Amino acid sequence: MKPSTKLLALAVLAILIALAPLVFPSSFYYRIGALIFVNGLAVTGLVILFGYAGQISLGHAGFAGIGAYATALSPGLLGVHPGIGLVLGAILSGLVAFLIGRPILRLKGHYLAVATLGFGILVFITLNNESQLTGGPDGMPVEDLGLRDLSRALGLGLSTSEVWYWFMGIVLLVGAWLAMNLFQSPTGRALRALHDSETAARTHGVDVARYKLVAFVISAVYASLAGSLQALLNRFVTPDVAGFLHSVEWVVMTVLGGAGSVIGAIFGAAILTALPQALTVFQEYEHLILGAIMMLVMIFLREGLFPSVARLVGRSA
Amino acid sequence: MSELLQFLFSGLTVGAVYALVALGFTLIYNASGVVNFAQGEFVMIGGMTTVFLFDAGAPLWLACAGAIVVAMAVGYLLNKLAIEPARGASIVTLIIITIGASIFLRGVAQVVFGKSIHRYPAFSGEAPFVIGGATILPQSLWVLFGGAAIFVGLWLFLTRSITGKAVLATANNRLAASLVGVNTNAMMTLSFALSAAIGALAGVLATPITLTSFDVGVALALKGFAAAMLGGMGSPVGALIGGLLLGLIEALTAGYISSEYKDAAAFIVILVVLFVMPSGLFGRAATERV
Amino acid sequence: MRLKTTLTAAAAIAALTAASPALAEIRIGSSLSVTGPASFLGDPELKTLEMLVDQINAEGGINGEEVRLIHYDDAGDANRARTFATRLVEDDEVVAVIGGSTTGTTMAMVPVYQDEEIPFISLAGAVVIIDPVKEYVFKTPHTDRMACEKIFADIQARGLSKVGMISGQGGFGKSMREQCLDVVGEYGIEVVADETYGPDDADMTVQLTRIRNTEGVEAVVVAGFGQGPAIVTRNYAQLGIDLPMYQSHGVASDAFIELAGEAADGVRLPGTALLIADILPEGDPQREVVQAYKAAYEERYGQEPSTFAGYAYDAFQLLVKAIEEAGSTDPNAIRDALEATSGHVGVTGEFNMSPEDHMGLDLSAFRMLEIRDGEWVLVE
Repeated sequence: MKPSTKLLALAVLAILIALAPLVFPSSFYYRIGALIFVNGLAVTGLVILFGYAGQISLGHAGFAGIGAYATALSPGLLGVHPGIGLVLGAILSGLVAFLIGRPILRLKGHYLAVATLGFGILVFITLNNESQLTGGPDGMPVEDLGLRDLSRALGLGLSTSEVWYWFMGIVLLVGAWLAMNLFQSPTGRALRALHDSETAARTHGVDVARYKLVAFVISAVYASLAGSLQALLNRFVTPDVAGFLHSVEWVVMTVLGGAGSVIGAIFGAAILTALPQALTVFQEYEHLILGAIMMLVMIFLREGLFPSVARLVGRSA
Repeated sequence: MSELLQFLFSGLTVGAVYALVALGFTLIYNASGVVNFAQGEFVMIGGMTTVFLFDAGAPLWLACAGAIVVAMAVGYLLNKLAIEPARGASIVTLIIITIGASIFLRGVAQVVFGKSIHRYPAFSGEAPFVIGGATILPQSLWVLFGGAAIFVGLWLFLTRSITGKAVLATANNRLAASLVGVNTNAMMTLSFALSAAIGALAGVLATPITLTSFDVGVALALKGFAAAMLGGMGSPVGALIGGLLLGLIEALTAGYISSEYKDAAAFIVILVVLFVMPSGLFGRAATERV
Repeated sequence: MRLKTTLTAAAAIAALTAASPALAEIRIGSSLSVTGPASFLGDPELKTLEMLVDQINAEGGINGEEVRLIHYDDAGDANRARTFATRLVEDDEVVAVIGGSTTGTTMAMVPVYQDEEIPFISLAGAVVIIDPVKEYVFKTPHTDRMACEKIFADIQARGLSKVGMISGQGGFGKSMREQCLDVVGEYGIEVVADETYGPDDADMTVQLTRIRNTEGVEAVVVAGFGQGPAIVTRNYAQLGIDLPMYQSHGVASDAFIELAGEAADGVRLPGTALLIADILPEGDPQREVVQAYKAAYEERYGQEPSTFAGYAYDAFQLLVKAIEEAGSTDPNAIRDALEATSGHVGVTGEFNMSPEDHMGLDLSAFRMLEIRDGEWVLVE
């Protein structure tokens, strides 16, 4: 990705975020927007892991669980602002990823998939079982981050949904910008080299294990932040945030949109966040249709929606 | 002593179901390199179709046979319509296609069968056998011996018959197999149908014990996949051992440590095994093609 | 542009579904767990609501206005439930909401309705929903705590004092387990064995063996819903355990007897009048309500309504009554009327709400039932 392409992509993203509210029929769409951005942040992390480094994970929701519950628990346990909890959660997730990353990343392909899956399930089971602390499957409330008060203090007078929409939009832009910068850095080049061929990368002197670990830790931090932000947005959290289905959902968003680029994955997050809302019309046929769409897209547009659509647009232009 | 025996019976019954699901994973993986996350749905189709045919008045044996045929047809279609057209796609793409297939099949089942939980009578009554102070249901023996029979049958088929050897050849090297005249497409189709049949049979045998509903497939696919990886992907023996081991670990953890953390224990064992043996217990070491 | 196109398309589709409001129409929202792990709750609840809406519209609606149910399936996921709560309030502009099949989804939605001042009647069990009282939040099911109290009172009456518990790891089982452990001491009973099972477990002989081998255990209490308790009951018979078994209101439906088979004989549980509609004595205040509802449900769906279905029935009737009393569809007027509910006989029990009590049921709503020869029998 050339620097100009990067700036263009970011500019397009920023313009879309800024203009989308013009077509919102009701303030409910601000919530959908905010959810898209939360998921967008998580999949941006997964692009670093899948798209850049070529490693798969079926357990990243585990990090979201760590982040979300760190945010929910730290005001009560440590007496700090939930915003501090978010930072602590990210640090904890990064640390956990660093510790388990080395042995896990020695595994390849499906073995890596099952190991990450196992990690995610362990986090879920712990959150579900330790109900004295976490409230168990019924979940627990999360303290207010205070965004609305901040907007009032600044004289903006936005509703809660609106504040979150703009806040998450900015967070996503920053997250995407950082990921794109990483792509162009020497680390990014090393990651791409090992994506293409680990053996080749190794012979060229790339410390494969180290770079895989870097990608794993960074993506874990993104997932953790997404988990924390979702908890803060909902003011409530249940162990489902760390569930297997949540992990799968993120993987599907990333790959369906196009794991090769941040913009592609965010595109996937947007579609898969908005799609279930649109499919509510079909009531009990919702799952059937969702499954069919996933299959069709992946059979006919293997690299994901975004690259295929982009090529189509490029050809006609 | 009778306590331990009871735990073992429980673990083996549950483990046998995991093993059959894992065997289904292995068969398809060997023929096509695809990990089929819709494998649990075959188990569901087996159980649910039997329920519906039985309730419609069919004799139980006919309902069971019908269910296996239906599952095989679904397996055939899954391969023809979703896997073949996507040949050559990356691992993740294929995983997502099969996850999509599992969501789709569950969606269809929800519409066709409804959302209630069902069961049908056990094949040989409910009176448990008492062995060494522990009890086991006749249906558990059906699951255990049925599983063993499938395993032996599959092994004989793969090693003794020409068609079976062709399946193995396809698994080892698709190009080489097709060069010596193996119809690799037909072998893939066969593997999907067989794998669906094995899954459905697991559902047919286990439903009187486990009960069934449209969404039982998710958890089974998860456990079956984990069992297959524990045993080593691509190894039928590994699938068998992996499945039984998983069932036993769960039962013994629940029996001697904590029922709350039995699933956790299973995954901790899997992680530890993979850290020490990155290709599972019986898997071939993965090599990267340069 | 592509992202925007998608958003526009999504917005357009969603806007279509919202449709333009008819002239006189009362919009009632619901978000239930119709699929997912709690579909056992949400599915009969939705069926009941759909039936009642058709019934009331056939009779001319509420105060002459047609009722429209806007329903979403949250699949038991708190995050989805929260999104649908926002959608119901801000996009569909409903006047009241029924739902939240589970405690998790309910609690995730509560802040939305509290902020937007929309009356909300939850169908979930936990005490936290109404304690402390929240201005706009009501609920129709008994609490788990009441189920525990009913069970322990019966065990005490039998002169037993040591019980083993086995509970599901889902929200229902865990919440009931905690309430039971909390209240058990008041009845001079001790929980000597405490086991759990996972939502997808197929065999509980291990946990039951542990309970059986616990010194002095005299009765077993099972907390859960779905296939788990049925498997526990079958395993109980397989192991030949002959201690009294108590199940929760979570399995109070004929489906349980069907799934557990002969093993269910002798099982006791706290159930509602709905379960024994046919044998309710002449003169029981609930008799008429319960029998009418059961007959209508069976005619429409060909199966019996579960206790959970009954919670939805009561929620809807309470809401209808409140709208009629209020004589308006102003959410605040509806809320005030709901809170003033008194002497309302539902299928779950008699509701007497107050500013301090947003559930309005007492222990008399639960009846101790026993399964004998595959039939429900009232325990005196």
